This record gives sequence, structure tokens and C-alpha cells, in this order.
Amino acid sequence: MRPLLLQGGRVIDPSRDFDRTADVLVQDGRIAALGAGLGAPDGVDVRDVRGKIVAPGLVDLHVHLREPGSEDVETIASGTRAAVAGGFTAVCAMPNTDPVTDNQAAVGFIVRQAARAGLARVYPIGAISVGQRGEHLSEFGEMVAAGVVAVSDDGRPVVSSHMMRTALEYARTFGVPVADHCEEPTLATGGVMHEGLVSTRLGLKGIPAAAEEIMVARDILLAGLTGGQLHLCHMSTRGSVDLIRRAKEQGLRVTAEVTPHHLALTDHACEGYDTHAKMNPPLREAADVAALRSALQQGVIDCIASDHAPHAYDAKEAAFDDAPFGVVGLETAFAVAHTELVGGGVLTLPELIARMSTAPAAVFGLPGGSLTPGAPADVVVLDITARWTVDAVNFHSKSRNTPFAGRTLTGRAVLTLVGGALVHEANGPTP
Amino acid sequence: MTAVLGKDLIGLEHLSPDQIRLVLDTAEPFKEVSERPIKKVPALRGKTIVNLFFEASTRTRISFEFAEKRLSADTVNVAASGSSVQKGETLVDTAKNLEAMRIDMVVIRHPSSGAAQFLGDRIRSNVVNAGDGQHEHPTQALLDLLTIRDRHGKIAGLKVCLVGDILHSRVARSNIWGLLKLGAEVGVCGPDTLMPRGIEELGVCRFRRIEEAIEWADVLNVLRLQLERMERGFIPSVREYYRVFGVTVERLDRASRDITIMHPGPMNRGVEIDSRVADGSHSVILAQVTNGVAVRMAVLYLLAGGRPELAVAANRAAAPE
Ligand SMILES: [Zn+2]
Ligand SMILES: [Zn+2]
Repeated sequence: MRPLLLQGGRVIDPSRDFDRTADVLVQDGRIAALGAGLGAPDGVDVRDVRGKIVAPGLVDLHVHLREPGSEDVETIASGTRAAVAGGFTAVCAMPNTDPVTDNQAAVGFIVRQAARAGLARVYPIGAISVGQRGEHLSEFGEMVAAGVVAVSDDGRPVVSSHMMRTALEYARTFGVPVADHCEEPTLATGGVMHEGLVSTRLGLKGIPAAAEEIMVARDILLAGLTGGQLHLCHMSTRGSVDLIRRAKEQGLRVTAEVTPHHLALTDHACEGYDTHAKMNPPLREAADVAALRSALQQGVIDCIASDHAPHAYDAKEAAFDDAPFGVVGLETAFAVAHTELVGGGVLTLPELIARMSTAPAAVFGLPGGSLTPGAPADVVVLDITARWTVDAVNFHSKSRNTPFAGRTLTGRAVLTLVGGALVHEANGPTP
Repeated sequence: MTAVLGKDLIGLEHLSPDQIRLVLDTAEPFKEVSERPIKKVPALRGKTIVNLFFEASTRTRISFEFAEKRLSADTVNVAASGSSVQKGETLVDTAKNLEAMRIDMVVIRHPSSGAAQFLGDRIRSNVVNAGDGQHEHPTQALLDLLTIRDRHGKIAGLKVCLVGDILHSRVARSNIWGLLKLGAEVGVCGPDTLMPRGIEELGVCRFRRIEEAIEWADVLNVLRLQLERMERGFIPSVREYYRVFGVTVERLDRASRDITIMHPGPMNRGVEIDSRVADGSHSVILAQVTNGVAVRMAVLYLLAGGRPELAVAANRAAAPE
């Protein structure tokens, strides 16, 4: 592999508060040197990135790659292609595949498919329970040995408090966090959007904020009981934010993520019965969005994760009740977050990069999130001045179920390197 | 084509007060058609209308069918049903097929909120919502408004209370929008388990005791209590519901003034309403049924591009064939 010199960019490395103009030399898959006026060794591929941002590759703790099981809507290859186009160099794959990723052989399959695709790094998440049925613990030990970085039954909540307690304890044995999709099922059953004035007007069954908050509170209590590491997926309500803040004040091992769509949209997006605004947890109210934004700014919520959830066109082309939950996000996550949060004065650019690379890497203890010389060269070059309009036709994902179609956003990945290999190079007006 | 109501009638939330009044005024001349020996005018001759019912509803379907036939339209009834998983697919395919057959209008009843709009957004034909999930049932509210206007000579300033399961009721939602737009005061009365979140924010007053609602109201519109609500745990028993919220003769007798009693049907006698009330002198329940045909004729006529001022003339010109 030819060495690569990224010349003259604004280098932002949140892992050591680095933010200045510098060159970055990538050699043998690693960051070889970083500094002003680096010479170009013989045979080096020089890229002029003046006016661009050079940052650690983005890390997404929460994606659904749908393979095995639903290869028609996404594969590990197409999902990681979408990831690198969005500036992500590592993604964590949720286990609600078919069959469920609940054993070491299934984990091995994902690792092999990801290696074959050769794009973003894929870190599998193992199921908490066999078949995600909430009855018997999966074999965490073997799955961790095979490459799992966390366990989760995402797609559904861990209903049994006993199961959640046991998972936190057993996962602690192997040093991995338990990621929970917080949804109290007896309150949420049949609900298709946030319970509030908009659901009343549309005549759609609501999911109250309390359905999430009850499980957040329960999980925090169990994290306290067990000393286990709890990660709360896709937080959506202001009440959850208050609970997490208190848990962190108590020093519990609790982390949390929020999606770009929960930071950018409210339940009003469901008006007109737009099924692309149907996700779980649902889009909430403006006061929730405001609380999530300030929680992210303050570090109460640790990081942004896409919850990339591809669905077939036909599945979303249905009455609201009948459409599946979920939206794709890998190819819009950075641009939405940059436009809404940096553009909206919530985060500085270095803070945003921290929340999308350094912080998520730290939450699951992943390599990456740093440009320290010697680190693997997982790097993204961002053009934060590029304005583009979301057109799902241009997505690399196999699916197009985005709630942001037609939106004009600012910021995109122009180069993505994984282990020093150039895996994405933007050409044309959109990623 | 027509602009007076737009392409489709999906709900009353997005109609203006003038559009609602227009439908009611257009219904007036059509009332008379149903009183003739030969109940037919040629207003929609040559138009094809499909009544697409994904949910059983004998009375609404029959009311639409009479309205269509009295306007001389060609009609086809389709009773579709399917598992909840197939509902969406069926709807898309149905839309495509209807489009291919060049149907002029579709009257749709569907168990999912938003289904009528879904169809309207995908086909060129006019779509009339005959009830979508828990969203809206606009022609029911329009006939309720017409019945209130007939009885009281006005709507503005009247106090109208909807009683019962507001949470699951499309009739309630459409009535709330229509009544508020025409200047009525609107109340809702029922147990908290059957009240949707934020209902007061729509501009209605909330009653928890039926006695208070009766004391307040000029009109009570008593909603049907779906018996499955009890199985789903929204109320403990039908017996207690009747004792606490039932509209009974005794309760009405205690009121200080006469109250008009309405019910969209079908009634559960002895559950939400006492038979003696339903059949009593204050009840306009059968007038509602009669007005239903006239209102639906008006809606179909206006959506098909009929000019409201011509509705009267259209009736007169139509010598029975
Ligand atoms: Zn989830
Ligand atoms: Zn998920």
C-alpha cells in the first residue's frame, strides 16, 4: 500500500484536544506522523486537503446491517459501503438478524463477511438471550472471544428484570457492556408514534415517554445493583436525560447514545402519515429535542449513533400502522448532526467529532477515535462547507427509507481511510 | 376539475368553515330528492364509484350506496379484508388497480388511520373517507352538523358534548373539528382511560361526570362503546359504565332544560344509552340517518365538480326518468 500524505488540512483529534493546520502521513496502515510541513517521502500519494477537516474516522455503535436474513434490504457489504460514504470507519452491528447473532459461529460469519467486504470495520454485538427471546442467556464468553464488543437484544427490550440483572453481571465477567433498547412492552404495545397531541389528532396509537423512562430507571437501578456496564440505546425523552444525569452523578457505569433523527425531528414529522417518520423509539416533542441536545453538549449523553435500520420500499409504502419502524442513517448522520448541532450552535466542530468518534469508541472500548501517531489509520476527511440535498437514490445503502429526503444539509465525508486503505472518495455533488 | 372541496374529502380538520357550510347548504336540496316517489337525479350519471370497505359497516355503506344511486352514479361494492400484515400491501395494490380501471371516485373505509389519505395521495380519482381507523369520519360529522342545524336553527353558540370513548373514536375527532369551526362550544365526557392525550388542547371542555355534562349541554352526542374496550381493560365492566356514564331518562329529567340526543349508531342499548332516551322525544337519531344520505349526496356532488348553486337547479331539472 502506497503511503499517503494528507496535506494542509485542519486536523482535529479530540482524543488529545488537537485542532490546528497540519499534515498527516499514513504509512503501513497507521498514522506515521502528524505535524506542520511534513516532507513527502518517495512514492507517497499526496492529497491536498487544504480547507478540509482531517479527523479520526467516525464510529457508530448502533447499526442494523440485516445480514444474515434480509439481504434484499442490506448486506454487510452494502451497509459498510454506506458507512464509509458517511465517514464511518467502524460500525457495531446489532444482532437482530435472522438467524439471531446469539452464538460464536454467527459472530464469526459477520466478522468474515466484513473482512470480505473490506470497507468499514464491523464489530458485532451479540444477543443477550438465545433467539432474543428473553429466556436463556446467550454464550457471552464464546461470543466475546469471537469478536463481540457488547451484548444487546436491540429490536426488542429486555423485558425480564431478572434477565437484565443477570446479563449485566455475566457481561461484567467478560468486560463488555450491555446495550438496552428501553421500552416497557405493556405500555408500548400497539403504539406507532409518540403519545401526544399529534397522535391524538392523527388518531394513531401513541407510545408514552414513560414507556422508555421506566426501563431506563430500571436499568440504572440494576447497573447500581450489579456494578455492570450499562449502555442505553437511542435515548428519546427529557425524562430519560434526567435519569441518566442522576446516574452519572452517582458514579454508575452508565453511558447513552442519541440518534441524529431524535436530535433533528419531532413528532410533527408524522403528520401526513409519513411512514419515514415511523421509528422506535418514536420522534418526540420539541422539549425532548432540546433536552437531548443539551445533554449531548454536556456529555450526559455520550455519543451519537445512527440506529441505521434499512427497510424495503414496499414495507414503508403502507398505511402508518402497517409500516415497520426504522430509518437509514449512515449516509446522513454526519451531515444532519453538523447542520443541526454545529450550525445550530449546540456543539463546536471538535465537540461534534468527539461525540461521533472518540466518545463512542471509548464507550465500547474500541480502537479508533484518535489520530495519535502509531494508531491505526482510520481517518475521515470532511468538507464542512459542502451543501447538498438528500436524494435517497444516491445512497450506497440498498434501502432508501430516510426521513431527510429533500433536506439541504451542510457537510460530507470526501475521503475515508480504514487501516490506511482509501475506501471512499467522494466525487460529484452528493456522497 | 373541482376546487370547492379539493380532490378528496379526508377529514374536517383541514376544511374551512366556509367549505363545511357549503356542504351543509348543498345537502338541503338533496334532502328533497329522498322524499320523491322516484328518488333519483342525474347529477352523477356516467360516473363510476367504488365503495371500498376494508372494515364491515353496513349502515355507512348503505348510506353511501343510496347517495350514489340517487345521483345516478354507477357503483361497485368491494368488501376487502385481510390479515393486518397484508393490509398495507392490499391497499397499494388496490390503489394501482383502481387507477388502472379509471374509476371516478372511491369511498374508502379502512381500519388504519391515514389509509384514506394514503389512497388519495396515490390515485387521480376523488377519494371520500368513510372512516379511517381512529382518525376521522367526516361525512358522519357533517350529517351530525346538519341534524343539529335542522333542530336548533344554528350551530354557533350551541354547547355540544360528545360522550364516551373519545380515545378510539373517529366520529369524535371529526365532530370536534366541525363543531369548533362552526362556532359551537364542544365538551367531551367519559372516563380518563378513554380520553386521548392533550384533548383539552384542541379547545374542548372536559367533563368527568355525566351529570355535569348534561347540565352544561344543549346537545349530547352519545358515542358507541365498543365492547372490546372492556376486554382490553379500558373499563372494568359494561355494567359500571352504564351506571356511571349511561345517558338515562332519570339523568335527563334532572336537567334544567331540554337536550337534543344524538348517536352515530349502531347503538348498544343499555350500555351507553337508555332505550327510552334513544327512542324518546329528544332523540334525533333517525333524523341523523336520513340526513346521512343527503350529506353524502352533497359531498359526492361537490367532489365530482358540481357547482353548489346548481344543486337546486339540478334537482328541479331532473324529471324522473
Ligand atoms: Zn432499538
Ligand atoms: Zn436498533
